[in-house]
Amino acid sequence: MCDMAVNIGNIVLGIAYLVLAPLIGGLLAGIDRKISARMQRRVGPPIMQPFYDVFKLWDKQPVAVNKAQRFYIRGFLLFAVLSGFFFFAHGDLLLVIFTLTIASVCFVIAAYASNSPYSQVGAERELAQTMAYEPMMLLVALGFYLHCGTFDAKEIVQSSAMNFIYMPGIFIGLCYILLIKFRKSPFDLSMSHEVHQELIQGALTEISGPTLAMIELAHWYENVLLLGFVYLFFTWSPVWSPVVGLAMCAFTYFSDIVVDNCCSRVKWEHMLSSAWVVTLVAGFANVAFLMYMR
Amino acid sequence: MSYITKSPWLVHYDGSSCNGCDIEVLACLTPLYDVERFGIVNTGNPKHADIFLVTGGVNTQNLPVVKQIYEQIPDPKVVIAVGTCACSGGVFHDCYNMLGGMDKAIPVDVYVPGCAARPESIIDGVVKGLAVLEEKQKAMAIPVKEKQALREKELEPGVAVNKSQEAGK
Repeated sequence: MCDMAVNIGNIVLGIAYLVLAPLIGGLLAGIDRKISARMQRRVGPPIMQPFYDVFKLWDKQPVAVNKAQRFYIRGFLLFAVLSGFFFFAHGDLLLVIFTLTIASVCFVIAAYASNSPYSQVGAERELAQTMAYEPMMLLVALGFYLHCGTFDAKEIVQSSAMNFIYMPGIFIGLCYILLIKFRKSPFDLSMSHEVHQELIQGALTEISGPTLAMIELAHWYENVLLLGFVYLFFTWSPVWSPVVGLAMCAFTYFSDIVVDNCCSRVKWEHMLSSAWVVTLVAGFANVAFLMYMR
Repeated sequence: MSYITKSPWLVHYDGSSCNGCDIEVLACLTPLYDVERFGIVNTGNPKHADIFLVTGGVNTQNLPVVKQIYEQIPDPKVVIAVGTCACSGGVFHDCYNMLGGMDKAIPVDVYVPGCAARPESIIDGVVKGLAVLEEKQKAMAIPVKEKQALREKELEPGVAVNKSQEAGK
């Protein structure tokens, strides 16, 4: 009976994610654009601007060079939403990460679906990005398993001390790859809102109208999920600790905006090698510590 | 109020302009004018754009390019001709290879005169273009059959019959 109540609670949390994540993700994107504008001494768009953009794109004429890309983009949205649902319904962390990987695979295939050279190069860069962040994502799950003895998010947030204390290296690694996942400036290689000088819009060049709106929506879901991973590091058993977790999510997101505005784009080789170096040094050392020292 | 007027993305193409107008277009993005406060984004990708902002006149060489960019923009779309050259051909009007203003190649909705057009007038032109964009979106929402009925109502009864006969062929 108790199990059933817990299960229902998990499902309610998952459904809350389905409803609230696009709102939070869109607001975060709006705040991002506002802060970026203020850092450049501009007034900047209204906070609600990302919502206006998505609603507008939804009303545009659907144009597709290759109709298959719509199918893949729907897959991207579906798997991005699904991985977040698993996470917030307290599923297995490994399941969450693998589902997220399927989402990014769908995105890459959608970019490959058209013959546009910009789209093709964007897809290749997106693959390089996946290679760069995927090992660290796995180490995050591994770290939580070694420290808490479980992949279950619900038990991880109930641990006796702040998880960050035992896994600072893994947190640094996660912060590094979050820049890639959020598509922030040193690593916004495959697509970004400012990439048009070099690659038009990269992987998004051939995607327009409602399909582009779907991608934006999927990114909002994805961003909220990734901030959920940050939350896991800073929440433990006390009742007030979620405040710390949420504050650290906000802080991480804000620092990413600052880094975005201070850096220029790097070459993909630098991204790949630096991400792997960070994974090896910070992530792997931390995992070794968890395995042998404790 | 439709969302398209709140988030117009534009693609900018330099026809045969002397770059004077282009510099003024880019000046609109600077902190002084900051068009992003209206949600305007300079995308550089015609497939994401709503507004085609074009400077310079049309000549035999850029005619296919202008047409192709126009065709790649999904509906609803608006064309804004910025600067005297884009409006009428300007000082290049009588050159051997010039066809004239941009309206010789594609349908232009808003003309922004000036040599070079000032950023204020460019922003004003874009805002005027938004009204046209909204009209076009409303027209898009009407089904094709209703549109035909409306058109036939406007035309003379005899002409309408002829038109429908032509359509039948």
